[in-house]
Amino acid sequence: MAIYKRTYRAYAGPLTPEWSRFWVLTRYAWRYLFRSRAMTGFFILCFFPAIVMALGLYLNHSESLLRLLRMPSGRALIGDFPLYFRVFVQMQTGWAMLLTAFAGPTLISPDLVNNALPLYFCRPFSRAEYVLGKFCVIAWLVSLITWIPGLILFLIEVGLSGPAWGWNNLYLARGILLGSLGYVLVYSFIGLALSAWVKWKPVAGALVLGTFFLGAGFGAAINEVLHTKNGYFIDTGHMLKVFMEALFRVPTADDEVSSIAAVIQLLAVCGLCLWLLSRKTRAFEVVR
Amino acid sequence: MSALIGKGAQRDAAGPGLPALMRDAAASCALIELQDLSVRFGNRTILDRLNCTLSGRAIGLLGPNGAGKSTLINSLLGFYKPAGGTAQVLGYDIRKQTKQIRTIVGYMPENDSFIANMTAVSFVRLMAELSGLPSEAALERAHEALFYVGLGEARYRKLGTYSLGMKQLAKLAQALVHGPKLVILDEPTNGLDPPARQRMVRLVQEMKDSGEVRIVLCSHLLHDVEQTCDEVLILNQGRIVHYSNLEEERKANLRFVELETVGDQAPFAEALIKMGCECALLGQGRVKMVLNNGVDIRDIYRVAGERQIQLRRLNYRRDSLEDIFLKAVEQGSRPPVPVGSAAHGNL
Repeated sequence: MAIYKRTYRAYAGPLTPEWSRFWVLTRYAWRYLFRSRAMTGFFILCFFPAIVMALGLYLNHSESLLRLLRMPSGRALIGDFPLYFRVFVQMQTGWAMLLTAFAGPTLISPDLVNNALPLYFCRPFSRAEYVLGKFCVIAWLVSLITWIPGLILFLIEVGLSGPAWGWNNLYLARGILLGSLGYVLVYSFIGLALSAWVKWKPVAGALVLGTFFLGAGFGAAINEVLHTKNGYFIDTGHMLKVFMEALFRVPTADDEVSSIAAVIQLLAVCGLCLWLLSRKTRAFEVVR
Repeated sequence: MSALIGKGAQRDAAGPGLPALMRDAAASCALIELQDLSVRFGNRTILDRLNCTLSGRAIGLLGPNGAGKSTLINSLLGFYKPAGGTAQVLGYDIRKQTKQIRTIVGYMPENDSFIANMTAVSFVRLMAELSGLPSEAALERAHEALFYVGLGEARYRKLGTYSLGMKQLAKLAQALVHGPKLVILDEPTNGLDPPARQRMVRLVQEMKDSGEVRIVLCSHLLHDVEQTCDEVLILNQGRIVHYSNLEEERKANLRFVELETVGDQAPFAEALIKMGCECALLGQGRVKMVLNNGVDIRDIYRVAGERQIQLRRLNYRRDSLEDIFLKAVEQGSRPPVPVGSAAHGNL
């Protein structure tokens, strides 16, 4: 419509497929997040370890460079590949936690503070799509710095060592993928749930970190005082570590919880977060 | 008829290009049909078995605070599940076809609803994209909608910096951006100064006159409703207490007269009724009447003289919406009145 014809006109053009509309929220949230230079800078910094690790893999196979570094002949730079990849994933999930603390609070709380939810839900857009759209914001950011570069590193090593190495160590790829996805799920859900319940962004961000650090502190205290392993059940970070170590075939210590218990605890955390989200993401709160 | 319209509307929701004939048919079908609609929150009954069919181009929803107006709107949008009965919006059932309803409805909520740190154009574009418009079309429509409501020059400003009137207009823009068939406006003139209010009313009138969109207007300002709406539904304590087809009343061109008298009114009123007039005694000497076609004002003077009634004042006056509203709310505690599309305003 030309501006000079300012009359109401119905829309008669094509519509996007319904299944793709959750992605609109993800796009807009990213656009908002990356307007911050600090966020953009930090996100770029998160790729730095992956670059260093890739260089490490290359060095490991370059005899001339190893000689230049005065490494003894026949001795490899990387002796333990499972440890190498596990350290990479754990390091990246640390960055991912900070990313979640930064990005999570900006997702749902502004909509609640500004009472914007009725505007979303009066459209052909469900609560599930809303949560999925917001979930993807953190999930993809965390994925981009964890399992995606992790698998690229794995493929680099396959390229350097040959397909036989890849085939024999396929469990490492599975560990990188599933272990990271565990972190992706838990971080995303905790970030969203806290964003929905805590409207003040700095507090919500601090609580994301607090969930892990305070959980670890209290869990350790309970274990110490009561001489038990049950304290780990409030230490979500520890449970994620147990889950990942199981995927990397690290032997379980005697005083450690089983990987199945860890999976159950992580699912319970995700379930709790979903329940918290379902309580808050409504067009209107009904006072009964 | 309604089934046929339902199918037509369904086809439109599935994709563009609704044939003009079907569009016309959709425009003429019942806008809202309430069938024993009840909504409860816990033990409290908020809407109590509402029944009515509304088919005007612009429908006013009136009622005192807590009457259930916003609950009715929210139920029509599928935010609250009915405890009993059902309702249809343009042929779609609110229980089963919520998504289709939300596709063809634009909603402007009563309270502040926006995202403060977004510019108006980004906000309206986001809302358009969520309604299913492709990104480029959404941007184009966002600009158009903001120009249409009069925020063209301020469209790159953040919503948090807007005045109350501008926020209301931004809310209207987001309700219109996807080109809905029905726009639900919940208190659109709330908190606006007189010029801004007038502008909002004019926009609503323009939308109605365009014929492309139908309107449900919920407002406490009776004058706004009277200026813009064809039909009025008055709710009180969760029940329909009055239905008035303002358009038909205007068309009927009835001759309303209000008298202030001194003397015995009963024989005077009886004589007027015998002459074919409709007559109501309001107490304290006040009489309201509708003159029959064959009856003139002189006849009133004549009858008053014969009955020795003093006429202290004679006004030509129809019931204003305010009169209708106040009367309906007073009668709110009585059993609900049956409503239909042929109803007229009472005296």
